[in-house]
Formats: sequence, C-alpha cells, structure tokens
Amino acid sequence: MRYIPNSSAERAEMLKQIGLDSAAELFRSIPEELLLQRQLDTPAALSEIELLAGFERMAARNSAAYRSSFLGAGVYEHYIPTIVDHLISRSEFFTAYTPYQPEISQGTLQVIFEFQTLVCQLTGMEVANASMYDGSTALAEAVLMAERVTRRSKVIACGAVHPEYLEVVRTYVQHAGIDFEHLDFDPATGQATTELGSALDDKTAAIVVQSPNFFGCIEDVTALAEKAHAVGALLIVAVTEAASLALLKTPGAAGADIVIAEGQSFGVPLSFGGPYVGLFATREKYARQIPGRLVGEAFDKQGRRGFVLTLATREQHIRREKATSNICTNEGLIALAATIYLETMGKRGLQEVAQQCAQKAAYAARCISQLEGFSLPFSAPRFNEFVVRSPVPAGELLKGLAAKHKINGGLALSRYFKDRPNDFLVCVTELNSRAEIDTLIEALATR
Amino acid sequence: MANVPEDLHYSKDHEWVRVEGNIATIGITDYAQNSLGDVVYVEVSKAGDELAANESFGSVESVKAVSELFTPVSGVVTEQNEALQDAPESVNTDPYGTGWMIRVKMSSAGEVDSLLTAAEYEDFTKEETE
Amino acid sequence: MSSTNITKVTSHISHNESLIFERSQPGRIGYRLPPLDVDELPLGEIIPPQFQRDDDLEGVPEVSEVDVIRHFTRISTWNYSIDLGMYPLGSCTMKYNSRLNEKVARIAGFANLHPLANEEDSQGALQVIYELQHHLAEITGLPGVSLQPAAGAHGEMTGVMIIRAFIDARDSEGASAKRRTMLIPDSAHGTNPASAHLSGFSVKTIRSTTEGFTDLEHLRELCSKGDVAGLMLTNPNTLGLFEKNIKEICQIVHDAGGLVYMDGANMNALVGIARPGDMGVDVIHLNLHKTFSTPHGGGGPGCGPCCCTKELEPFLPVPRVIKAESDAGVAGYKFNYDQPQSIGRVKAFYGNYGMMLRALSYIQTHGHDGLREATEAAVLNARYIAHALVSDYDKPFKADPMHEVVFTDKRQSRKGAHTLDIAKRLIDYGFHPPTIYFPLIVSGAMLIEPTESVGHQELDQFIDAMRSIAREAIENPELVLNAPHSTRIGRLDEAAAARKPVLRWKPRAKADAA
Repeated sequence: MRYIPNSSAERAEMLKQIGLDSAAELFRSIPEELLLQRQLDTPAALSEIELLAGFERMAARNSAAYRSSFLGAGVYEHYIPTIVDHLISRSEFFTAYTPYQPEISQGTLQVIFEFQTLVCQLTGMEVANASMYDGSTALAEAVLMAERVTRRSKVIACGAVHPEYLEVVRTYVQHAGIDFEHLDFDPATGQATTELGSALDDKTAAIVVQSPNFFGCIEDVTALAEKAHAVGALLIVAVTEAASLALLKTPGAAGADIVIAEGQSFGVPLSFGGPYVGLFATREKYARQIPGRLVGEAFDKQGRRGFVLTLATREQHIRREKATSNICTNEGLIALAATIYLETMGKRGLQEVAQQCAQKAAYAARCISQLEGFSLPFSAPRFNEFVVRSPVPAGELLKGLAAKHKINGGLALSRYFKDRPNDFLVCVTELNSRAEIDTLIEALATR
Repeated sequence: MANVPEDLHYSKDHEWVRVEGNIATIGITDYAQNSLGDVVYVEVSKAGDELAANESFGSVESVKAVSELFTPVSGVVTEQNEALQDAPESVNTDPYGTGWMIRVKMSSAGEVDSLLTAAEYEDFTKEETE
Repeated sequence: MSSTNITKVTSHISHNESLIFERSQPGRIGYRLPPLDVDELPLGEIIPPQFQRDDDLEGVPEVSEVDVIRHFTRISTWNYSIDLGMYPLGSCTMKYNSRLNEKVARIAGFANLHPLANEEDSQGALQVIYELQHHLAEITGLPGVSLQPAAGAHGEMTGVMIIRAFIDARDSEGASAKRRTMLIPDSAHGTNPASAHLSGFSVKTIRSTTEGFTDLEHLRELCSKGDVAGLMLTNPNTLGLFEKNIKEICQIVHDAGGLVYMDGANMNALVGIARPGDMGVDVIHLNLHKTFSTPHGGGGPGCGPCCCTKELEPFLPVPRVIKAESDAGVAGYKFNYDQPQSIGRVKAFYGNYGMMLRALSYIQTHGHDGLREATEAAVLNARYIAHALVSDYDKPFKADPMHEVVFTDKRQSRKGAHTLDIAKRLIDYGFHPPTIYFPLIVSGAMLIEPTESVGHQELDQFIDAMRSIAREAIENPELVLNAPHSTRIGRLDEAAAARKPVLRWKPRAKADAA
C-alpha cells in the first residue's frame, strides 16, 4: 500500500524487535471468536488511473451539474475566486488538527479569530464562534441556547423558514422539553405575520425568523424583535443566503439576539449539500452560553500577541453532560474558505455581489411576471429569490426545461409544499448572465 | 503547605465559612484554589436567593476545569462579591480575603458546629493528597 | 533499537503578519466581476431603504489579491501539519490525507452539483453514497447506514437518539419513561455524555478497573436497576486497550434491556480485523475524518456515519439512499423519505458529501487487503513506541495496546516537569505533541497514536526525542519547563485570555472606547 511508509520487510524487523513473529500476533488481545476470519468484502485496490476513471464515470451521470442553474433554496452558486481553493489546499491548513497546541497552530487560530470578526461585522453582532456544521444545525443550537438563556421552554418559528431547517430543529429539540411551534406565513405577502396573538407569551424563549425567508422575501425583523423583547423572549434570525448580509440591514441592528447563517455562499462549492459552514453570532452578554469553540487574543511572556482557544469550560471535553453543546469537530477548513473569500472580495466586492444579485433577480422577476399565464404570488420585497406561479404543474415544467434547454429552472415547491403544485422558486446570482436569464424567460414562454 | 486560618470553619468540599453574628461569609480554601489553578470566572447566587446546606451556589472556573460550589450553611444570600467579576484572580491571591464569594444570613446557626475545624480540615486535605 | 542522533529543531524563517484588518487600506481591490448586464433600477425600488444596511460594511477589509495570498501563506507557516511530520494525537488518527482524494472531491460533476437537483439528474452522486454505505456496513458488520451526521459527536447524537426511539417503540410509554439512563465509562470522550444529554438521558459513570478495562461488577450493579437504556463504549477504549470482555459487556446490557452504542473513534485499530457487529454492538458512529483519512482541516469538516443493526434501521435519519427500479424498470438510486419510525433529519440535505467522496476513494485505493494492512501497520507502530518508551516513562497499564498507547509524567513530575512541559518540549524536537491530560482517569496522561503513516526512522526519532526529554527533565528541568524555545511565540497566558476575553478585532478607536 503506497500510503504506508514501512515496507513489509521493515515491518517484519520491527515485529522481531518487539518480540513478535507475525502481524497476527498484534491482535492477541482480541478474543479469537471475534477475529474476522476472512477478507473484507470490499473492492480490490484500484490504481489512481482506474479510480479516477471510475469517479469520472459516476460524475458524468450527475447531469444537473453541467447546466446553467437557477436553483437556490438554501444553497447558492456564487463566484469563487481561484485563490480560495489554492489557499485552503496548503497542507499547513488542511492537514492540521484542531489547534490544541497554540505555539504551533497560530495559522489556524488567527484565521478563526478573523472569521469570528468577519461574522460579527456581517451580522452586526458582538461575538461569533469558530463555526457550526451548517445553517440547519446552527439554528437547532440557537434554539437550545435560547432555552438555556431564558429558562423558558417555548420557541415559535415564524413564516417561511427553510423546511429542512425546521425538520432538523424538531429532531434536536424532541427530547429537550422544548415546545417548538411553527406559525404559517401570510399567503399574500409571503412574509411572517407580525401579529402573533396568543402564541407569544411569557413562556416564550424565542421567536425564530428567516430573512430573506425560504421564498426570498425580506422579513420585518425589527418588528419581530420588538414583539419578542416585549415578553422577554429572544429573537433568533436565520440567514440561508449569506450574500444578502452585505446589502440588508444587519440582524444585529434590527434587534436580533442570536444570528445563525449558512456560510456556503462565501466561496464554498455546492458539493451536493456539504460540507458547508454554520455561522453563529450573539450578544456579548451571552458569550458563556454559546455552543462550540471560541478563539481569543492572548499574549506570551514577552508580550507577543497570539491566539488561543478560550472559554473552553463551556465545552464537552470539560463540562461533559452539562456542556453548552456536544459539538467538537466543526467546519474549520470551510470557515477558512469563507474567510479567504470574504477578505478577497472585501468590502466593495461583497457589496457588488449583493447588488448584482438583487438587480438580476429583479430583472428576471419582472420579465417572468409579464409572461402569459405566469405570476408572482408574493408581494414582499426580495433579495435574489422569488416564487413563480406557473400555469402548469411546476415539476413537469422544470423537467421540460432541463431536457430541452439544459437549464435547472428552479425548485418545484411541491417538494415541500404539497398544496403548491404550480409554484417554483427561482434564484438568480451574479453568475447568471443576462443571456442565461433571457434563455430561461424564452424557455418558459415557449414551454 | 496550604494556608488554613484558625478562626474559620471548613467543609469537605473545600469551602470556608467565617461567622460574624448570624452572617456567614463563604469562599473556597487556599488548598482548593491551588488545585484548581488560575481562576478565570466565578458565578455565584444573587442576593435574595435562598439556599439549603450542601446546595450548589454557583461554580468556579479555571482555564480547563469547572468546580461546583456548595454552601456549607442554609440561609438567604445577602451579598455576592461583585469584585470577582472583574478580578476573579483574587480567589487565587487572597482566598480568605478579597476572594470571598457570598454572604449568607444563616437560618440555622447550629450548622457551623458540624463543620471541620482548621486542624480537622488540614488532616482531611493531607488524606486527600495521599 | 537504532539510535538516530536526533537533533533539536532550530527556528527558521518566519514572517510577521498582522491581522487582515490591520493590513486593510481603503481603495484596495482583490476581485473583479463582469459588469452588470441587466437594466439597473434604483436600489430603493427593489429593497425599501429601511431594509438596507447603512454602515457601508464597516470594518470589512479592503485588500488586494496579493495581500490575501501573502497573508494566508505567511500565517499558514505557523501551523504544524501532517505533511510536515508525525502528528501523534491519541484518539485523533492523524494519518496521511491523500491528494488523490482531494482531486476526486473536486471533480466538476460532484463539486457543482446542487443538492436539490432531481434524483434522475444526480444518479452518480447517489451511487457514491450507496456504495460507501455498503462498504461501511461490511467493515462494521452493521447493515443499516446513514451518512448524514456531520461529525463524530453528531453521529453519537444520532445513534443515541436511535436507541431512545427504539426503546420508546418497544416498551410501553410508562416503561420506556423509566429507561432514561445512559451508562458511560469514566474514560470516555466528553462528547459521549454531552450527546446522551441532548437525547434526554441522564448519565451514570462506570468505573474502569486498575487494569484499564470496564469494571464488569460495576456494570452489572448499574444494570440491575431497570433504568438502563444503553451503554456508550469506545473500543479499543481511550487507553488504547481492546475491551476483551466486549461480548459479555454487550450481553449484560442486552439482558438488562439496554442497547450498546460504540464510539468508533478508534476504528483504525479494527478495520479488516474485527467487526463491532460481531461483538454484539447495536449502533456505532465512524469518523471518516479519522479512520478513512478525510482531512481534519484545522478542526473539520468531519463526517460521522451511523451504522446499526437491521433491528434499528427503521430509526435512522431520513432520507435514506436506496437502490430501486424506476417505473421503466431501470435500476437506479433514490431517496427514501418513507420511514415513519425515523428519528428525523439531523442535518439539511444529506451530510458532508465531499467527505464521503474522499472516504470512498480511500477504500478503493486501499482495497480489502490494503485496509487490513493499514490496521496492522498502525497497531505495529503504536506497539513499537510502547515497547521503546516503557524504559523512560510510566506506562500505567500492563496490557498490550492496540493503535495508541498511554504514558504518564509520573517519573518526570518528581523534578517538576509535567505532561504539559514534556509536550511543549517535544515541539522543539520537531514533533506535534500527543494528546495530553486525556483520558481524564489517568493523571498526567500522554496518549500517543502514531497511525500507519509513519516510517520506522521517524518513529525512532520520536522515541529518541521522548527519551532525550526524559533525561532533560532530570538534568535540566528548566529547559523543559520553559519550552518551547523554537516557536514564533512562547506559551500564551490562557488565564488572562479567559478572564477578559477578546474574541474579535475592533478598530483602534472603538477598542479604546470599549
């Protein structure tokens, strides 16, 4: 095996030095009846040439990966500067472990410190952690944290929160004694209703809102923050399209207490759903309730600045069952990719990406709404996604677009909303050229 | 050798109690702070909280450990040491002085009699070390 | 054993590098986009001004592409990494991360595939998931597999929730409500109790014997109360020892009506040699970022598949990936959401897919014989270290270790050099230190896991370095106590950092005002 340095002769010599005759004797501490007396029934070893050919064959069957695409719904195709992949491929970053020894991990630690800072700047919050698995699990952790902070047990999700995020939260809270409710969106605007009525009371730990929401509609976060704070509850804001943070009022400025986001938009490829990176930010006063790792500034005896993992007593390796979360491994390398992306694009690049998304989506929405038989069912302002109502079932329509025009035209909402057979969700980013958008419009017109 | 003042009462959880009238001042011992290492954070019950003897009244954290704090006496908390928020290191530098944690108005003054004396506590820590 | 005249590492070229925020200069640009090619509307017509941010992204840096390259290249050189040398962190399995696997994960047909694309347009991606599930089932002897969990702790949570769902389905409501205790050895990873707590269990701790194994008597006693839902056990345990009574342990728990969860963090000792399913284990998680070599990336991403018995399969997260025939009779792969007993979804989409590609590539590159060979080489390397260092360091357990071995600082600490100091001094010799102060039940523990990715010369150098430090600890303890001497910075004041945490950069004026 070419990844194993010692040859079989060297290994035989080492066995002899420790007084053993064969490799089998290394496993004498395993009762014989438990030893696998046969070869594993897994494939025989492949050469690099054979292996790559095999994966290329499988990849070729992913026809959706080779089309122009208007799919979003929590995962977005944005421009990724070439240097992102180059820099994360430096072995000093990608073959390092969690930075437990700060003297020889300053690279990773400084990256995380910059990442935490950028997350705070983008969300308008005061502290951020070193990352969560993804947006959905970050939301689940935010709900659990709200319960810890308020010692209350009811959480209300408002409006069009990503359906898969809601499913993940339900899984996480099912044994935590949390009553997780979901209030439907306003069918005219597509937004959450801010009239929460009797659902909101002094047992409410938090309100959850996603903005832009699953339908691309921008929510009135400020109004919901006021509602939450009036009863002593927290406001949790979820963001699945993080590119919007460069343009929209920050959740922090709108009054959020916890902000979670999916960071995939920041330089991370689609990769069929992962690995992505969850962003998690909150107010300074809740820093000791935050889940996951935190990096802080520290100094050595000579006064030189460095960075260390800090406030570790919140974590599982110290507080065990009383920890703020069970998370250990997070998404370090993807947080690095996001950091490189954010710094490369910089202030102006992030603004331009967000503005192009909004302008192009507005153009596409305008044109599609003028097509015979098509309409936009929701009236709320939007960022880069919008729902289209088609005159025919959306699933069939989109399959036709794929087959005839090689376009992923969007997501049929029937996947999550059985009562919306003709609706589909269209996402437009800076990567969709006007020619692509016009092809989509033309294809819809001539379906 | 850890410092064990004569005039205090001690618990087996390494808290000390100083009694003045019906008010008990509580902190952790020199031995405890020494085995915990650099204290970085202290969280204790607020004034007005009612505590039963041996109940937890908070926790003390070093960089890599958390220890729960147990009150040796019952009563109502009258005061917490606010200065520890800014200077938790007082628990290390002056455990019996500025490192005190809470004051409790005792509801059952007899409880202190069942605590260890300085000599008994010293013997107890010797056993623990061995 | 051959002596290799080890020399201490000397410091070499290192650049200072500020935080990017300190490097930023107004007007610097690191990107270029094509010009906007649609008719531009006033922004306020698209997004009402009250929904727009008005701080001009305050603090976000402005730097050129060259700034970014130099910035990250410089700070990268401050990291130790597997590619640089031996990284013997116990329980972390820091083995070689093959470049081929990286190439596979970047093939456009995978990297550019949207998770919500139609099944029929994603058949290759589904095939990868299906095949990896199949191989992991064979390797563990546990046929039900979900690749959805994103890391080890996530897999633990999934597995423990499955145990809970199974018991709730099996027992009457009243009976299952009484089964809320999870047994966990005192040597376990902290994630175990934390995951059990997330699933609504209270934790009872099982003692280890002085030989380093689960205390069967204590286990029997804890199992006699009728409240046990399960046991979470690492095998080989975190002391590197194979739990030789594993069958009996499983039997005791099963007889008490509980299930056995195995923490698969140490599977690198078993692949191709023995299978948890054959030992009586009901459910396990694997760490693809340990045993199956997907890179650890400075703290992730991981991938923590959950493998279980046929009996537990209905409780796995949805969706499952299955092989099925289409209406037209063509064999293909599809998602199955129809699992009414499932614990639910633990993550959006299907898991850390990029890690699955790498792990499948690892399995195919090794082949069945290579997988076994890797296990043998890993255990041999650990045993070689155990054999060599026992003359200089206290080895608290007599039994032969598997893929990792624990030593302590007992002999060195007499002169004041503790495990932390030994670890820091090892840095000066060019090695990453082992896992220290874990497991918690061993005072001053040093848990050493070399993996199969180390040749015997480097093992000898490591052994020589450890012996040299043992000598220094006696002859010149100050040298050890003040280590490391060769790094950019010395030991950092972690207590001060935790007392007044500074968790983000702020502009100078703001930082002063705060």
